[in-house]
Amino acid sequence: MSDTEFLLLVRGPLFTLATVILVGGVLIRIAEILFMGRKKSLAEARGSEASGGFRVMLSRSVPDADTFHRSGFTIISGYVFHIGLFVVIFLFVPHILVFERAIGLSWPGLPSNIIDATTVITLIAMLTLLIHRIVDPVRRMLSGFQDYWVWLVTALPLITGYFAFHRVGVSGAWMLAVHILSVELLMITFPFTSLSHAFTLWMSRWYNGAVSGYRGIR
Amino acid sequence: MKPGLTVGETLRAHGVTRRGFLKYCAAITSLMALPPSSLKAVAAALEAARRPSVIWLSFQECTGCTESLTRSADATIEELIFNAISLDYHHTLQAASGAAAEAAREQAMHENYGNYLLIVDGSIPIADAGYSTIAGISNRDMLLETAAGAAAIVSVGTCAAFGGIPAARPNPTGAVPVSELITDKPIINVPGCPPIPVVITGVLVQYLTFGLPDLDAQGRPLAFYGQSIHDRCYRRPFYDKGLFADSFDDEGAKKGWCLYKLGCRGPTTYNACATAKWNNGTSFPIESGHPCLGCSEPDFWDTGSFYHALSTPTEAIGEAAVYAAGGGLLIGAAVGAVHQRHKRKAIESHRKVSLDDIDEGAAK
Repeated sequence: MSDTEFLLLVRGPLFTLATVILVGGVLIRIAEILFMGRKKSLAEARGSEASGGFRVMLSRSVPDADTFHRSGFTIISGYVFHIGLFVVIFLFVPHILVFERAIGLSWPGLPSNIIDATTVITLIAMLTLLIHRIVDPVRRMLSGFQDYWVWLVTALPLITGYFAFHRVGVSGAWMLAVHILSVELLMITFPFTSLSHAFTLWMSRWYNGAVSGYRGIR
Repeated sequence: MKPGLTVGETLRAHGVTRRGFLKYCAAITSLMALPPSSLKAVAAALEAARRPSVIWLSFQECTGCTESLTRSADATIEELIFNAISLDYHHTLQAASGAAAEAAREQAMHENYGNYLLIVDGSIPIADAGYSTIAGISNRDMLLETAAGAAAIVSVGTCAAFGGIPAARPNPTGAVPVSELITDKPIINVPGCPPIPVVITGVLVQYLTFGLPDLDAQGRPLAFYGQSIHDRCYRRPFYDKGLFADSFDDEGAKKGWCLYKLGCRGPTTYNACATAKWNNGTSFPIESGHPCLGCSEPDFWDTGSFYHALSTPTEAIGEAAVYAAGGGLLIGAAVGAVHQRHKRKAIESHRKVSLDDIDEGAAK
């Protein structure tokens, strides 16, 4: 298979397949959660679900002083790599073009050099978290195969993307194809692992807050 | 032109001055990314090189490759270098035709067996021998017969190198590149649709002076195809700054910003267009405002629309995504219903236990 054929395969049928698995998989997970249903309200509630829900969505996103003191490193690295991933995925012009072609929406991007630097910073943050996970005995004990797997499938697109951008010693078409393939691996892993938190995070935070804000009887 | 003459002697016979010859050598030396100190060695080796006998076979092609070389704006040194080889057979350029032309080919093969250079342009149809014939000989037979006595083969143009447009889907003639039929001879691919004239002669000069060149994974001389268009593009700074033309006549296009969004294949295309340029160094496609089509890469005709960015999917995924979303919701709802049923059954099968029952159980 030539590099061009490989690129064509990953840009064509494999990308469609990965999109179908990602979209279908995420909606299965969300629908499954929503269709679990809620208990009937047995009395008029004194509080409001919405205010509690939104309060917790915000409060859980800002670490309290005590938690920050204990796990400052994890929190900072976590924020750095999440923001980094957002910037790299959504603000690199060639990526925006993918969204534009898929959903018809477009927005301004950042200069490629900034994306390049962000990729390196994101990877360093992810690497420090991985080392911390392996070195710290408690984290190591709590970690299973899935934790390392999701780290790998998240890091691979960053690594391959970096090389696809710089094309060091390899053919541009081949490296771009490997990059897109690694993204497809991430896409099909997404709905069926803890990565799905990207779609369920706000929902579950809202629910946690809503439960305590409700102040009624079910 | 006598075959015994050296390249230097032939060029002098054509009135090429020493200055002109050295200027050409300097251009080729820099194009091959050799240090300036190699100029002397290149000039000396080229000067003394014996004119090789060359047989040029044209198969399924448009003659664009020959045109590229011979239809330069004026008589160029590239053209003269090309004259400096002993072109014994080229059915577009030679005066002879029919049996006389074929006799010239056979004579050249016989006299220089094992030493002549075979240049091929065009792909070879193998679905049916009758699709393309010369003097009643199928392209495949002529290639196999002529390649047998060649020292090396130069596949000029994307058709000979990779199949090119004749091999584009659905490839009705079963077109294949030279490398698919010949596996026991050194093959130098010089792709491009057409290749840059100075690259064609540059490869010949490289072969005459240094022998077989170093090739990349696609069989292309690294000296000319070692870097991507994107890496040597004068619009690259705009890519790095995130400044792109969104259409062919917007402000970005007028300001000469990067053409990536308009489908430029520069990042995946390896050729010397951005450095050697075309029409005596006038410009190259990107300089004239059109994205690179990637014509020196295999299957370039089948890589989806030329005007869709390289990073985007080639299929319309919107419809597939809508069906996937619908299917996902249905499956999710079904799984949710199963969970509900489990919950309901659990509630239904719940047995109320009284204190007496517990006492009874404890007594047992």
